[in-house]
Amino acid sequence: MSIFIDEKTKVIVQGITGRMARFHTKEMIEYGTNVVAGVTPGKSGEIVEGVPVFDTVKDAVDATGAEASLVFVPPPFAADSIMEAADAGIKYCVSITDGIPAQDMMRVKRYMKRYRQENRMVLTGPNCAGTISPGKSFLGIMPPHIYKKGPVGIVGRSGTLGYEAASQLASLDIGVSTSVGIGGDPINGSSFRDILELFENDPETSIIALIGEIGGPQEAEAAEYIRDHMTKPVVAYVAGLTAPKGRTMGHAGAIISAFGESASEKVEILSAAGVTVAEHPSVIGETIANLM
Amino acid sequence: MDIHEYQAKEILRDFGVKVPNGGLAYSPEQAAYRAREMGGDKWIVKAQVHAGGRGKAGGVKVCSNDNEIIEAASSMLGRKLVTHQTGAEGKGIYRLYVEAGVPIDREIYLGFVLDRTTQRIMIVASSEGGTEIEEISANKPDSIVRASIDPAVGLVEFQAREIAFKLGIEPTLTQHMVRTLMGCFNAFRDLDATMVEINPLVITTDKQVMALDAKMTFDDNALFRHPKISELRDKSQEDPRESNAADRGLSYVGLDGNIGCIVNGAGLAMATMDTIKLSGGEPANFLDIGGGATPERVAKAFRLVRSDQKVEAILVNIFAGINRCDWVAEGVVQALKDDPIDIPVIVRLSGTNVEEGQRILAGSGLPIIRAATLKEAADRAVSAWKADQPTITKLKAIS
Repeated sequence: MSIFIDEKTKVIVQGITGRMARFHTKEMIEYGTNVVAGVTPGKSGEIVEGVPVFDTVKDAVDATGAEASLVFVPPPFAADSIMEAADAGIKYCVSITDGIPAQDMMRVKRYMKRYRQENRMVLTGPNCAGTISPGKSFLGIMPPHIYKKGPVGIVGRSGTLGYEAASQLASLDIGVSTSVGIGGDPINGSSFRDILELFENDPETSIIALIGEIGGPQEAEAAEYIRDHMTKPVVAYVAGLTAPKGRTMGHAGAIISAFGESASEKVEILSAAGVTVAEHPSVIGETIANLM
Repeated sequence: MDIHEYQAKEILRDFGVKVPNGGLAYSPEQAAYRAREMGGDKWIVKAQVHAGGRGKAGGVKVCSNDNEIIEAASSMLGRKLVTHQTGAEGKGIYRLYVEAGVPIDREIYLGFVLDRTTQRIMIVASSEGGTEIEEISANKPDSIVRASIDPAVGLVEFQAREIAFKLGIEPTLTQHMVRTLMGCFNAFRDLDATMVEINPLVITTDKQVMALDAKMTFDDNALFRHPKISELRDKSQEDPRESNAADRGLSYVGLDGNIGCIVNGAGLAMATMDTIKLSGGEPANFLDIGGGATPERVAKAFRLVRSDQKVEAILVNIFAGINRCDWVAEGVVQALKDDPIDIPVIVRLSGTNVEEGQRILAGSGLPIIRAATLKEAADRAVSAWKADQPTITKLKAIS
């Protein structure tokens, strides 16, 4: 199995009756994702894209044995839905929702800690494009056909910049093992470091592309992990070289507010840890090809 | 979202934090009236702008009679205050806060922030009040006291007491300090703040703990549940183009360059700006039109970017994932036909149906400069900006 999902992974979609969720559920099923159920409180009994809808995540898990969840629930209610998934025994959750209050995410993270490590749900996102293991399955909103199957693990904050990297790779005939979006929010489920650890131990991945941006400590944290623990090569690109200090650049988390949070400082920290940095977003693919 | 000092003080007072008496004024006469109303013999007239560093920039004046107050107020109102945080254009002063002077014994720095390393609310305090935290951490890092707050239980009194003792607050004032810390934390938590900063928090000679300044920033994503906070928004303190964009669901940040950018996705937008810079140009803006780059959004984006007089070329970079390049191309063509433009437009499309998209751009009869990669797009944008390109209005005149 790839790091989070494969074609057998049973997936539920929370908030499946919404317009966006319906559309992407259809896309996922067409690609081969094993979507077994949806959840919208008060809508049990409905069928969306051939998938039965349940009132609660527990009901959906009991009926289908679902292991993974994709959350499309609107921001005011999304944190609640993520905690519901964690409580129902979901193992892996992707939250697409953009705009979840930061303190809600703090509560989610604290709530997840009540479960023992082996029972604890892994969350990626929110505010991300999702996760794809090409040729097997995907949970998210990305255009799946731009990803070829192969040995490159991609982890990044940004959706479209991740697509850019994947399509550069595809044009060089290089494929991807798994691509994970960790999202652009200041408080997120998994960090770069968390995903790098999974790629390091993943036999399907032989090289990793890390796509970072300004703001927050997670690229520096990743650099430390790479230096001390990783044997596989890592290529990085950090967006936001021209971003002014103290301004939020689209993503709630993309703001330079402390030392070490600018793109140039992150590039320096990553380079010092042995990471090959692509100076230019157009050469992410090329840089990876050169190391393979 | 930022709010003014006087608004932050009103909020914190409701949460049990002591603040000096004060009143808001919109004119010099009102400022003098406010001072009389509260009595005393020393008042501070403070410009209400969304920026720090007001004191050094002449936005805070100590006065001891009516004339001085009127003079100070007249010198501030209607003017732009330029501090090291406002940028060169400064921020307009339209409101003044007149505050009773208090006798200060010592000054403390107190901040509550969202710490991204621990993913918790963190208290940062220092006995070196009055100076900025960046300066304190550079010059007196040992004076900084930190405490991390567990989101499940909130700030616990012993943590507040520990901070008071570490700051060397005299034992008779410990409880006042605890009440101040608790008040700030409760306001932070209950109102979804992302920052509460009191600099300085003072101990007065008559043994009171008081917030002399206050800054609060709120989580934009949580404003839906705080209608009263949303009402405090002051558009006069925002870049008009940015608030205009935000009202239309676009994310825009104005910069100083000449090449306007229209991109889908925040990361790709930053990468596009970086590429322009690396190609020898300067981006005029950050603009993320969102995942679903619909023709309406593209049209809105063009209007927005062109409203910046500095823009001399526009680079459109769209990665069409779920939607298709042909559709985005039609949107671009439509936007340019509806509203012709006399500066070079460079379009780079990538993703689904890219060939079809390129064909539509090429067949439109518009002098759109096409590019296949981001690098090529940036290079062409920079050279088009430098050179004199055929323009759409000229072409229109010919046809």
